[in-house]
Amino acid sequence: MAKRAAPEVNAGSMADIAFLLLIFFLVTTTIEKDSGINRKLPPMEESDEDVIIKQKNIFTVLLNGKDQLLVEDELMELKDLRKAATEFLDNGGDGSCNYCQGRKDPASSDNPDKAIISLKNDRETSYAAYIAVQNEIVAAYNVLRNRRALQIGPQRGFPGMDFIKMQESYKDVRWTGNKEKLKEVIDQIKVEIPQKFSEVIE
Amino acid sequence: MSKFKKKKDGGLAPINTASLPDIVFMLLFFFMVATVMREDTLMIQNSLPVADQIEKLDKKNPISYVYMGKPSANYKKFGTEARIQLNDKFADIKDIAPFISAERAALREELIPFLTVSLKVDKEANMGIVGDVKQELRKVNALKINYTTGSGDALTNMK
Repeated sequence: MAKRAAPEVNAGSMADIAFLLLIFFLVTTTIEKDSGINRKLPPMEESDEDVIIKQKNIFTVLLNGKDQLLVEDELMELKDLRKAATEFLDNGGDGSCNYCQGRKDPASSDNPDKAIISLKNDRETSYAAYIAVQNEIVAAYNVLRNRRALQIGPQRGFPGMDFIKMQESYKDVRWTGNKEKLKEVIDQIKVEIPQKFSEVIE
Repeated sequence: MSKFKKKKDGGLAPINTASLPDIVFMLLFFFMVATVMREDTLMIQNSLPVADQIEKLDKKNPISYVYMGKPSANYKKFGTEARIQLNDKFADIKDIAPFISAERAALREELIPFLTVSLKVDKEANMGIVGDVKQELRKVNALKINYTTGSGDALTNMK
């Protein structure tokens, strides 16, 4: 046989292979952006003296092992929790809170600063239910904060922004506004409607 | 027959595509390098619950991840109860404290107070294990936590 040169490998399909890999990586790449509910745990050191809180200022939420909800000693559906919590926080029983629009029921909370939401759960409670309850309680605070933001925002030069929008704008580097003033408004709202939310740990 | 042979010469020369693979490979390498697979290999089921009052987790601050959930199908031998996963290993409740101190040791000093612990918990897990972890975190003074969730209507969780 005559000696032949080795045939040249056809590299035409190389591009296809590389494209395939490229598309695979393009599709599988998820630039992950985590989000969730931020919480702060209470520090470990316990103060010896018991703080006395009036019963009417505590809004007890109990979530049992079967994911049933007991709010202020009454069974409640999860979908009603947001409204109940909002009403409790917004009550303004002692009249010191001039931005509250609640019923001023003397048997309910004095003002948003004193109102405390207490959550207790069992070991058997499912995490999904727990998150749902946390979410509803945060939502209740946000409802009030948004309302307050829409009230005081226009006077301070931030019309049409609710609390969530304010916080987003504050964090957003591209936002072109007076961040210092915005921070003041945010802080004021946070002081007026503080998240006083405690979890019972047995 | 000569009719066909004639076509061989003349006409446009084909475009040389020999450098196309190089270009595509360049793109490929770019994406391979730019892809950060931060996600640990999960040995547990981890379908997060959903919520709608969520805040974005700030990437500026350091984040440590604690996963919880029941072992996935390949790791059935570890049981069906929810377990903790730290980095790539199953862990015990007592491993939380060393894990946090290890995470802190890897950080610049000024960032340590901003360390956020992201709890990625499967929605089928019970609160027992989550409560234990929270208690451990309190002991080591890692108080900033984030219940990492998907976004959606929270009421759909309870089904």
